[in-house]
Amino acid sequence: MSEMRGDLQKTVDRIFGAHCDRTVRESAEAGAWPAALWQALEEVGLDRAALPEAAGGAGMAFEDAMFALRRSAYHAAPLPLAETMLAGRMLCAAGLTVPRGALTLAPVRSGDKLEFLQGSSGAAVQGTVQRVPWGDVCAHAMVAGVLDGKDVLGLVPTAGALRGVEKNLAGEPRATLAFERTPLLALAPLEGAPARLETEGALCRSVQMAGALERTLEYSLLYANERVQFGRPIAKFQAIQHMLAQLAGQVAAASAAADAAVEVSALAPDEFAVAVAKARTGEAAGKGAEIAHQVHGAMGYTREHNLHYSTRRLWSWRDEFGNESCWQSRLGRMVAGQGADALWPMLSRL
Amino acid sequence: MHEFRFDPVRMPPAAQALRAEVRAFIAAEVARGAFTPSRNSWSSFDPAFSRKCGARGYIGMRWPKQYGGHERSALERYVVTEEMLAGGAPVGAHWVADRQSGNQILRYGSERAKRAILPRIVAGECYFSIGMSEPDSGSDLAAVRTRAGKVDGGWSVSGTKVWTSGAHRTHYLIALARTAPKEEDRHAGMTQFIVDLAQPGVSVRPIYNLYGGHDFNEVVFDGYFVPDDMVMGEPGMGWKLVTGELAFERSGPDRFLSTFQLLLESIRAVGAEPDARAANEIGRFVAHLVTLRRMSTSVAGMLERGAQPAVEAALVKDMGTAFEREIPETFRQLVPTEPTLGEGLSYAELLGMGILRAPGFTIRGGTREILRGMIARGLGLR
Repeated sequence: MSEMRGDLQKTVDRIFGAHCDRTVRESAEAGAWPAALWQALEEVGLDRAALPEAAGGAGMAFEDAMFALRRSAYHAAPLPLAETMLAGRMLCAAGLTVPRGALTLAPVRSGDKLEFLQGSSGAAVQGTVQRVPWGDVCAHAMVAGVLDGKDVLGLVPTAGALRGVEKNLAGEPRATLAFERTPLLALAPLEGAPARLETEGALCRSVQMAGALERTLEYSLLYANERVQFGRPIAKFQAIQHMLAQLAGQVAAASAAADAAVEVSALAPDEFAVAVAKARTGEAAGKGAEIAHQVHGAMGYTREHNLHYSTRRLWSWRDEFGNESCWQSRLGRMVAGQGADALWPMLSRL
Repeated sequence: MHEFRFDPVRMPPAAQALRAEVRAFIAAEVARGAFTPSRNSWSSFDPAFSRKCGARGYIGMRWPKQYGGHERSALERYVVTEEMLAGGAPVGAHWVADRQSGNQILRYGSERAKRAILPRIVAGECYFSIGMSEPDSGSDLAAVRTRAGKVDGGWSVSGTKVWTSGAHRTHYLIALARTAPKEEDRHAGMTQFIVDLAQPGVSVRPIYNLYGGHDFNEVVFDGYFVPDDMVMGEPGMGWKLVTGELAFERSGPDRFLSTFQLLLESIRAVGAEPDARAANEIGRFVAHLVTLRRMSTSVAGMLERGAQPAVEAALVKDMGTAFEREIPETFRQLVPTEPTLGEGLSYAELLGMGILRAPGFTIRGGTREILRGMIARGLGLR
């Protein structure tokens, strides 16, 4: 790990260590905004880590920003950090000003669409979108769609648009927002904006899953070494050792796939690498969570143990921005369409 | 605890140029009918092809020039290896010598052994087998019973090795033998010897595999004489040498590309517009393959830096061989075919070979269970 990365990890871990305990997570699930934690992140500029300094950002490399996101997921931080980073990056790409505060984005659910209208008093957005992450607490949403046959990106206030809040399995809010000819605060063309939103989202969730998986492995190793049955720690049983070895494999694979996607997405997300990452980390999430829970026995099934903060996130994130099947089938169709002879040349370019 | 970090490696420009060169070489060989892309790449024994590889500088790539080597990087070697496997080239004759035996001789062999053997390996003319397993010693390698006793000018070896792939047509093997009685430290008292299979005192008998193929052998030593300068390292160092050798054996692309040709043929069989299920499965395999390849090249990078990535190699092999085994299991249902015994020339035969060879993937070079034990040790559990 580079020195820079090491310092970044220390900073991020210090913030989450100080402001992200189970009390904060529980009250966030009950609907309270973790103001102190968000403020601490803002103070060091993590919410806009990868934005250029000219745009009010910290000018950090994209890879480093994604590393910070991964650590936030390791700590199961109940915040729209991924969404804020993502929206900031796309707004910046479209040349728009990034507002302060937490940001959300829409549409995120497959099949949801927003209509963009050009009126006499400026552009507006129309339509209902569901499962908008943290849509109830973010003052602004980045929205993507098509206007006059051109892909566009806009910024819209969420005030008055809230129609309801569901929760994902981790208790993170997923809001229904209805825009009724809501005037846009800003609008700019951005080639491929709606598809890019989905791919950026899948990249973030892949990175987050890699972070949460890392934590489930740590919890599992700790527990297996502490828990004594039949007169010895269960970590001494070969059956448990082999389960943990498989968990370590899933964690390493998720990490490798997510890192690979981040590396080639510095300017814009690379669709092939992101498809690989979302498919692979999503699979690792399910398999990893299963093993971690089996190792933890009944204790891991309780609210008291911390394992569920990680595993409930894994079970949620794998289905957001396209599940494994969605990305696998895209990869599969791409590969089959290009033909078997093109597969190896394509793989070996990576 | 071990960190299990698979840091990325960037292929140097020289490696990319080499990739194009190897690919063109393989295509030209296929075009002129020298071989049909093999279903069984690193088990296909073709001395003529090995000599061509030697002439082109594709063997002993990392070794010093004074022993005929080419002083190229681990990543360049990696590129050649994966291109050969992906192209289905018959690299089986020189595979073991190039992958592990030659490296061991370079590090632990006598000057005479290095001079006599390495240049011939590099030329693609000298082939090796692995002499580790025995009838009563497989996963538990420290239980070897082959003994070597000191005699004037060398050692006298007696005992039996099994599952010795290729020994009926290779020139040498490196045998692990007990040279001192078992002590409390059961890993002490073992030594590796270079055995010339053409000398008297060693006999080779076939052990046919489940589909009737002849790859395995039983190798019996009856007072076989090994001169002192064919001892690897110091007597008693055997365990250390064997574990080091296995790191070379475990992390390469040969641990996840065994059924790559079947994957390609299956993609052809489902066609350009696969149904939903076939598209998912192909996509899943591609996602796994990309990830495995990244982890495996990362281990090559560790070897390049002189690290000892034995635990990472075990992890890549465990996941890679599981992947290889899934390919026939999945496509047999997507491309409804009755698998057929044969050479792998039709899809049904290729599938048949995949199914019949699959059990070996998770056994050879260290069983899945041994690998998971090593990973668990890396996790601090043992």
